[in-house]
Amino acid sequence: MDEFTTPERTALAETVREFTQRHITAELPQWEAEGRIPVKLHRLAGEAGLAGLSYPEAVGGSGGDLVDTTIMIEEMLGAGASGGLIAGLFTQGIATPHVIDEAQRRRDRGETQAADYLEDNYIRPVMAGDMIASLGVTEPDGGSDVSGLRTRAQSDPEDPDTLIVNGAKTFITSAIRADYVTTAVRTGGPGAAGVSLLVIPTAAPGFTVARELDKMGWRCSDTAELAFVDVRVPRLNLLGAEQGFASLARHFAVERLTLAVTGYATAQRCLDLTIEYARNRETFGKPLISRQVIRHDLVEMHRQIDVARTYTRDVVLAHARGEEVMTRALIAKQTAVDTCSYVVDRAVQIHGGAGYMKDSEVERHYRDSRILGIGGGANEVMTDLASKLLGY
Amino acid sequence: MKIAVCVKQVPDTWAEKKLSDSDKTLDRESVDGVMNELDEYAVEEALLIKEANDGEVVAVSMGPDKAEETVRKALQMGADSGIHIVDDSLAGSDSVATAKTLAATLKDQGYDLIIFGSESTDARMSVVPAMVAELLDLPQLTFASKVSVDGDAVTIQRQADYGYDEVQASTPAVISVVEKINEPRYPSFKGIMAAKKKPLESVAAPSGEPVGLASARTEILEFAERPPKAAGVKIEDDGTGGVKVADFLAEQKLI
Ligand SMILES: Cc1cc2nc3c(=O)[nH]c(=O)nc-3n(C[C@H](O)[C@H](O)[C@H](O)COP(=O)(O)OP(=O)(O)OC[C@H]3O[C@@H](n4cnc5c(N)ncnc54)[C@H](O)[C@@H]3O)c2cc1C
Repeated sequence: MDEFTTPERTALAETVREFTQRHITAELPQWEAEGRIPVKLHRLAGEAGLAGLSYPEAVGGSGGDLVDTTIMIEEMLGAGASGGLIAGLFTQGIATPHVIDEAQRRRDRGETQAADYLEDNYIRPVMAGDMIASLGVTEPDGGSDVSGLRTRAQSDPEDPDTLIVNGAKTFITSAIRADYVTTAVRTGGPGAAGVSLLVIPTAAPGFTVARELDKMGWRCSDTAELAFVDVRVPRLNLLGAEQGFASLARHFAVERLTLAVTGYATAQRCLDLTIEYARNRETFGKPLISRQVIRHDLVEMHRQIDVARTYTRDVVLAHARGEEVMTRALIAKQTAVDTCSYVVDRAVQIHGGAGYMKDSEVERHYRDSRILGIGGGANEVMTDLASKLLGY
Repeated sequence: MKIAVCVKQVPDTWAEKKLSDSDKTLDRESVDGVMNELDEYAVEEALLIKEANDGEVVAVSMGPDKAEETVRKALQMGADSGIHIVDDSLAGSDSVATAKTLAATLKDQGYDLIIFGSESTDARMSVVPAMVAELLDLPQLTFASKVSVDGDAVTIQRQADYGYDEVQASTPAVISVVEKINEPRYPSFKGIMAAKKKPLESVAAPSGEPVGLASARTEILEFAERPPKAAGVKIEDDGTGGVKVADFLAEQKLI
């Protein structure tokens, strides 16, 4: 027994498998076609305690940690879900931690009412699966360069309790369905130091989904371009003045680790599907798996997955122990992304023509996984950051 | 309302099962154990009745050390407490000894309902619920596809080829359920964590009754591995395919 196979985590794994088989796998193709997942699924995830799995019980979460999230992602993919589904169902994983942190800061300062305001309106409903939250950072003229963002929030000269937002965001996951967007806005001067996070309710006048974006993969996960025209937002929704960049940086490690888990778990699923296919498919009178070329291919896939999983899980454990894992999270993500790219490619290859068909699962993983080296920090930008952190 | 639900740990349905060479009983150590599938329906039904009528649900299991996992699973689903009857003397018990052990443990504990799954996937005898009812001198409402409780009257629909019989008894009573009855819940994460703190008592076999392999009234004399799957028969359809398929099925005494 290790920390991933305690009795409780074994039970969590079973619950996630059951959840996936009962509520997801049969309907996933339809959601892929429709370009979104139903709100009902968020409620079911809330009831199962998965929507708030790794958040404190004090704010309506389930009280787990990143190890639990890791198990959830592994099992969901293993049972036939997809990276896109996970991105769409658990977008709060990138949107809500900033709100939770600010509520805690307010509580620490004794501002109970202001803390309750965030908790009751923007945290608990998300943990329960009654609300959908997005994170809006990327803008049409710049994604990797967060410090250069141009969406502005300015005080209303007539009402100091209100901020007025103007600008645009793009590539925002779940924002077509979201109830609020934790939005990176410029409240101060130029550069990273002038960036704040602001909770913008999507019902606010002046907020519009400018475009529903059509994508190569992650098709069941809706993605939006957003426009903000004189959107009035209570100042209470500001998650710390000019604290935005620090808050984003603090949570990047978790986002990157969950993407790393998505990477190796997608690869593991593709390997499992490919082994089964290679056993059943006969060519020249023998099963594919009887060919040494194919067996060695499978071993190489296995090798890369096992290394990515072992390293990533090690970093996850370090994070759960409270260690600083910024650099290791970058390495985990790069390793798992490379593994996933390699494995989905080989999986499609070994499936032959069947692997190129829309109704084969490996075809979907092949398209879905292309995003992993772009979102949550593009490969090149991450490598550059790693070189700085390592002092090279 | 106090409800006991009896749950059994069985080898994972998908696992390759083996009998042990030494005593010709099922080798339970070498395979993963899971809660017998029909018992999940029994737990669900117990929880539904509790939720509608108030009360408590006690999960009871007889089995080796590992069977504690199955009691725990019932607690994770929502049962309030658990009893694990574990004793080396019980190994190899047949259904009579099992029923006697369960009955002795359940007797005089104030249970209004004792609920079972209607059979286990390993032994498939379907007799333990009836035996327990008999030993406790309680009415038996077996093979229920629906249960309704109204005061101390319990009514079930008993599945039959022609439809169902409606059978009624007053509590206390023994019920066994079939899988049509409900859709068992899976434990929520909160349920999983809460189960860690719920009482789970290990008790020894009640004394006085002969149990275990030596007391069993049935004996396995011999067993053999299932022969490997033979190659199938290929029928080319030259217009008489249907007839050939029918002939084949008739030959196998399937039609
Ligand atoms: C499906 C999907 C979902 C997304 N969801 C969200 C979301 O929910 N919220 C959100 O805020 N954003 C989201 N994004 C945006 C994502 O985070 C950005 O796409 C990503 O940060 C890259 O930014 P960019 O697309 O503007 O690329 P650019 O920054 O324009 O980069 C283009 C290429 O140049 C490379 N590059 C950039 N700068 C350098 C440099 N200095 N040196 C060397 N190479 C460089 C990059 O690595 C990349 O390969 C999503 C994107 C997609 C595709």
